[in-house]
Amino acid sequence: MKSNSIAIVGAAETTELGTIPDMSQIQLHADAALNAMSDAGLGLKDIDGIATAGESPVNLAHYLGITPTWVDGTGVGGCSFMLHVRHAAAAINEGLCTTVLVTHGESGRSGIGRGAYRGSPSSLPGQFEGAYGGMGPTTSFTIPFLRYMKDTGTTLEQLAMVAVVQREWAARNPRAKLQQLTSVEEVMNDRIIAYPFTKSECCLVTDGGGALILTSAERAKDFPTQPVYIVGTGESVETPMISQMADFSSSRAFKVSGKKAFDEAGIEHNDVDHLMIYDAFAHLPFYGLEDLGFCKPGEAGAFIEDRNTAPDGGSLPLNTNGGGLSYMHSGMYGMYALQESVRQLRGTAAAQVEDAKLSVCHGVGGMFAASGTIIMANEVV
Amino acid sequence: MADKSKLPVPQPTPETQHFWDATKAGELKLQKCEDCSHIYFPPRPFCPKCASKSVKVFSASGEATLYSYVINHRPHPAFDGPYSIAVVTLKEGPRMMTNIINCEQTPERLRLDMSLRVVFEDLSQDIALPYFEPMEASS
Ligand SMILES: [Zn+2]
Repeated sequence: MKSNSIAIVGAAETTELGTIPDMSQIQLHADAALNAMSDAGLGLKDIDGIATAGESPVNLAHYLGITPTWVDGTGVGGCSFMLHVRHAAAAINEGLCTTVLVTHGESGRSGIGRGAYRGSPSSLPGQFEGAYGGMGPTTSFTIPFLRYMKDTGTTLEQLAMVAVVQREWAARNPRAKLQQLTSVEEVMNDRIIAYPFTKSECCLVTDGGGALILTSAERAKDFPTQPVYIVGTGESVETPMISQMADFSSSRAFKVSGKKAFDEAGIEHNDVDHLMIYDAFAHLPFYGLEDLGFCKPGEAGAFIEDRNTAPDGGSLPLNTNGGGLSYMHSGMYGMYALQESVRQLRGTAAAQVEDAKLSVCHGVGGMFAASGTIIMANEVV
Repeated sequence: MADKSKLPVPQPTPETQHFWDATKAGELKLQKCEDCSHIYFPPRPFCPKCASKSVKVFSASGEATLYSYVINHRPHPAFDGPYSIAVVTLKEGPRMMTNIINCEQTPERLRLDMSLRVVFEDLSQDIALPYFEPMEASS
């Protein structure tokens, strides 16, 4: 996409996060959408493009009462919203629509109005992975990590440290689900979910939603909020089967998506003030830091252990809302990572990074199946 | 007690039927491109490296090494106690998911890169699943 041509002018999460038993999934979409529209000072008639995942965009348009001229239902898992932002930018630039609403809502904990979530036994994952006792992400997303450890010399202490540091960020965020500080010992001694991962190294399961509104950078100046400009975007996919991921120590989708976004943005890693890496499990920041080029292969464990991503002086503040491990995780967490990048660039985050101007937001979909990267800035770069 | 009927049974498609016919007969089949020699899995009637439709099915050695795994500790009706979910690298190159069986399900016994061989067990009347066991255990 054309760098700096598009801006986020509305951004909000659902009013509540966590356990929301009185709202169906589609209503979580709507609650977040209405909050984002109010944030941007827009009404339903102003929205002419919609994008969503986990829910049909038809359902969304009908439920909200929107008549779009552009629709995107790209659904590649938790990073779908990064892809929606990228596609929306292209669509606005092409004149297909002027104002795009991207929504997420997921009744991940309460399961209210949520569709079935089960693969077909005749799909390739169903045939060749389905009968080995997998219990969803906890036993598939985690499989590559023992190989990563052996390849890189990364330790279980370093894995635990990811959860420890992110809890430090969460402790500063009143909306975070888990705010109590923890330690490497406590994380490692927590209940084993799928060896080598303990409960503290697996994401939360909560209810919530979020929405974004995008328009041209030219129009963005007339909105009530600080525009957040889209300066670089990337996306890719690899495989729906974790067993077929080419290299268990590096994600091809991460590399392709990240490189595309950095190339579009024309920035250096040193320019980045703030980073979000989708953390469904504690090893994901290692892959993100390395595959996006912030660390050399195998060095991310030590980078986090040395507090480079921690509050109070870390050179690269990472997952500053507390992340999927401590803030919230509804199932498709990518939207919350984008929301935190927007807050940091608006200067309204709970754990605000001083003078944050440039934020990289990197998402994963499925189990290393897909990826989307959005680079944002609060001034034209 | 472990109840294997609690596992979803793979449903073959026209492109994969030969693989499941073979596992039922106690053989592991792979495919090889006759144009670029690429050996691949899962089955499909063309080469995912060069798109050639000139591909053949052949019997794999059944030998493999342990690439990576987790030990699931959450209770599952088809398993007694914690069990491994693993990905193995076949001697011929492709990787596949499996359970490592006939082996203590501990990090001490499940060593990365250990040598394994395929074994088949019936999951239903029509479907036998490929599992892997340590070479050394039964030799
Ligand atoms: Zn070929």
